Amino acid sequence: MDSRHLLAGWGRTSPSVATVHTAGDDADLVGLVTKAGRRGVLGRGLGRSYGDAAQNGGGVVVDMTSRHRVLSVDPETALVEVEAGASLDDLMRLLLPRGLFVPVSPGTRQVTVGGAVAADIHGKNHHVDGSFGNHVVSMDLLCADGSIRTLTPESELFWATVGGMGLTGLVLRATLRMKKVESAYCLVDTERCANLDDLLARMAEGDDRYTYSVAWIDCLARGSSLGRSVLTRGWPATLEQLPAKLRDHALDFGPKQVAVAPPVFPSGLLNRATVAAFNEVWFRKAPHERRGEVQSIAAFFHPLDGVGHWNRIYGPKGFLQYQFVVPFGAEDTLRRCIQMLSDTGQASFLAVLKRFGPAGAGHLSFPTPGWTLALDIPLGSPVLGDLLDRLDEEVLAAGGREYLAKDSRLPASSIARMYPRLEQWRDIRTSTDPHGVFTSDLSRRLGL
Amino acid sequence: MKDAIGNVQRVVVLGGTSDIALATVVKLTGRRGGVQVTLAARPGERRAAATAELEALGLQVSEVDFEATDRSSYEPAVASAFDAGGDVDVVIVAFGLLGDQERAWRDVDAALELVAVNYTAAVACGVLVGERLRAQGHGAIIALSSVAGERPRKSNFAYGSTKAGMDAFYSGLGDALAGDGVQVLVVRPGFVRSRMTEGLKAAPLSQTPEQVAEVIVAGLQAGRRTVWAPPAMRWVMSALRHLPHPVFSRLPI
Repeated sequence: MDSRHLLAGWGRTSPSVATVHTAGDDADLVGLVTKAGRRGVLGRGLGRSYGDAAQNGGGVVVDMTSRHRVLSVDPETALVEVEAGASLDDLMRLLLPRGLFVPVSPGTRQVTVGGAVAADIHGKNHHVDGSFGNHVVSMDLLCADGSIRTLTPESELFWATVGGMGLTGLVLRATLRMKKVESAYCLVDTERCANLDDLLARMAEGDDRYTYSVAWIDCLARGSSLGRSVLTRGWPATLEQLPAKLRDHALDFGPKQVAVAPPVFPSGLLNRATVAAFNEVWFRKAPHERRGEVQSIAAFFHPLDGVGHWNRIYGPKGFLQYQFVVPFGAEDTLRRCIQMLSDTGQASFLAVLKRFGPAGAGHLSFPTPGWTLALDIPLGSPVLGDLLDRLDEEVLAAGGREYLAKDSRLPASSIARMYPRLEQWRDIRTSTDPHGVFTSDLSRRLGL
Repeated sequence: MKDAIGNVQRVVVLGGTSDIALATVVKLTGRRGGVQVTLAARPGERRAAATAELEALGLQVSEVDFEATDRSSYEPAVASAFDAGGDVDVVIVAFGLLGDQERAWRDVDAALELVAVNYTAAVACGVLVGERLRAQGHGAIIALSSVAGERPRKSNFAYGSTKAGMDAFYSGLGDALAGDGVQVLVVRPGFVRSRMTEGLKAAPLSQTPEQVAEVIVAGLQAGRRTVWAPPAMRWVMSALRHLPHPVFSRLPI
């Protein structure tokens, strides 16, 4: 079942060709790993990391999505054991009707549990619940020597694997602690914020009252409107909070794809003019203030999942996502970064700001306390490279870092400065995988 | 690894003293320092000067011995160039000989020297480099061909015939490697004012190595298979190719 394929990340930049192996049972994977060639092995889920994290040019890429069963569910403790290739979409469709919601959900359901562990993903609830790794009770990791180790948060290798970008081994199974919910809905408060100061003040003051919080920023707004934004925050809705007509089917979850972007999309469709127009409409259509609106989980968490292959709208040149976090107190850096984006007119269709809570224990986990801004930027502008390099300098100077699952262009020299525990992580990786069986284009590019 | 912006991390130049190749390296690596460059060339002053020039720009340069007329130097040169570091993003096949046209069609040794350097060695390196990049699953080859290969002219058909051969080989290699994530860019410059053409009268549409480098890097980023430098040369050559022979043979070119 092996075949050579050109694989890219979600941003469709710098693809490479690898031998794709559809994962069979444990014995199949043990055989594969112990017979790995010079270019190594890497697990891949649904390919939602933006850059080259799930590519392994010239080597073997294991498609883990064939292993997507839910192995056990305990509604009392909310513990579920799942295969690593199961997607969060699978988990929501199967488990929401039983009152269990994923503990952390990013902006898409189309990520696997293995990928969620490898990137230690976060969601709108990071400020209260932390990242995905905090909710993993144990996992089975296939290591380079062919052994399958059951890891718990007591072990160092567990935390080298959480956020470890798949470079410590293949996650085979994980036991997760789910979140008990009474409905598949959220109660959402929406506010328009006039500018960045207004937004930051509201988030700093009010976020702790909410389970979920996120702001969309119009990065093209200028002057006194710089950083104008729409802030949405909410909680899981209890049965009582739902209108009567929803109560009978409170846990129904069956979102459908409403459209699929066609495979060929012209370049340059997303330019300053179209994005500015979109941003204007988005901002104007948001209510000045609305409290307690009932929204489905799909609408609140995953608006883009309604459009299949939405990455195609960026055209054949693709796009990248730039996501950084700077500590609290570095609000000026945040303002300068948004100012730089606004000044150069780099169209960002989506710019999302969140407040992170305490960091997790993963050596290479991205979230640290502070403000995180994520931007989608189409490729093509000749000034983009320099702009992002200058943003890197701002982020580094403020003691911030960038997210490896999103990265597609950082220079290797920045990584150790952003991730001070990199050396420690390398030691653990070397001791479990001395010959570097698990490797990726990302790890080669960044010299991880 | 080449990244999303097109920043490269490692470049290998076969024929590491070529003016066009060096200008291309500078253009390709200009945005960020620290890029690794391996110059495979004949040892000597010219290679040392090229190394110094690139090092002054903040590049990490290593040297490998390579002699296009020496059959036994191909494998070791390509092997040590690739093994000197991590994955290679771009290989520039830049060595070439213009030769003396008048000798080249009347003197067997002169003719065969052109063939050996411009065609035989280029094909051998294409085979070796193609295999290396295939194993990586990514990378690009920039092959310096020439418009002289498009339609043989009385004034340089010996040179032109070798470039026509290497051009055909690399164009085909690009097709063969397409499924392996490897891009092959065949570059067809017109007259370039460089060391190779020193003392020759400049032809119309003549250009500097830097101008050619600009065209090369743009073509590389855009995923092209063939570029002409200057780009207008494409239409000039297309017209020349279709001229009836009685007209063509009377042209002063």
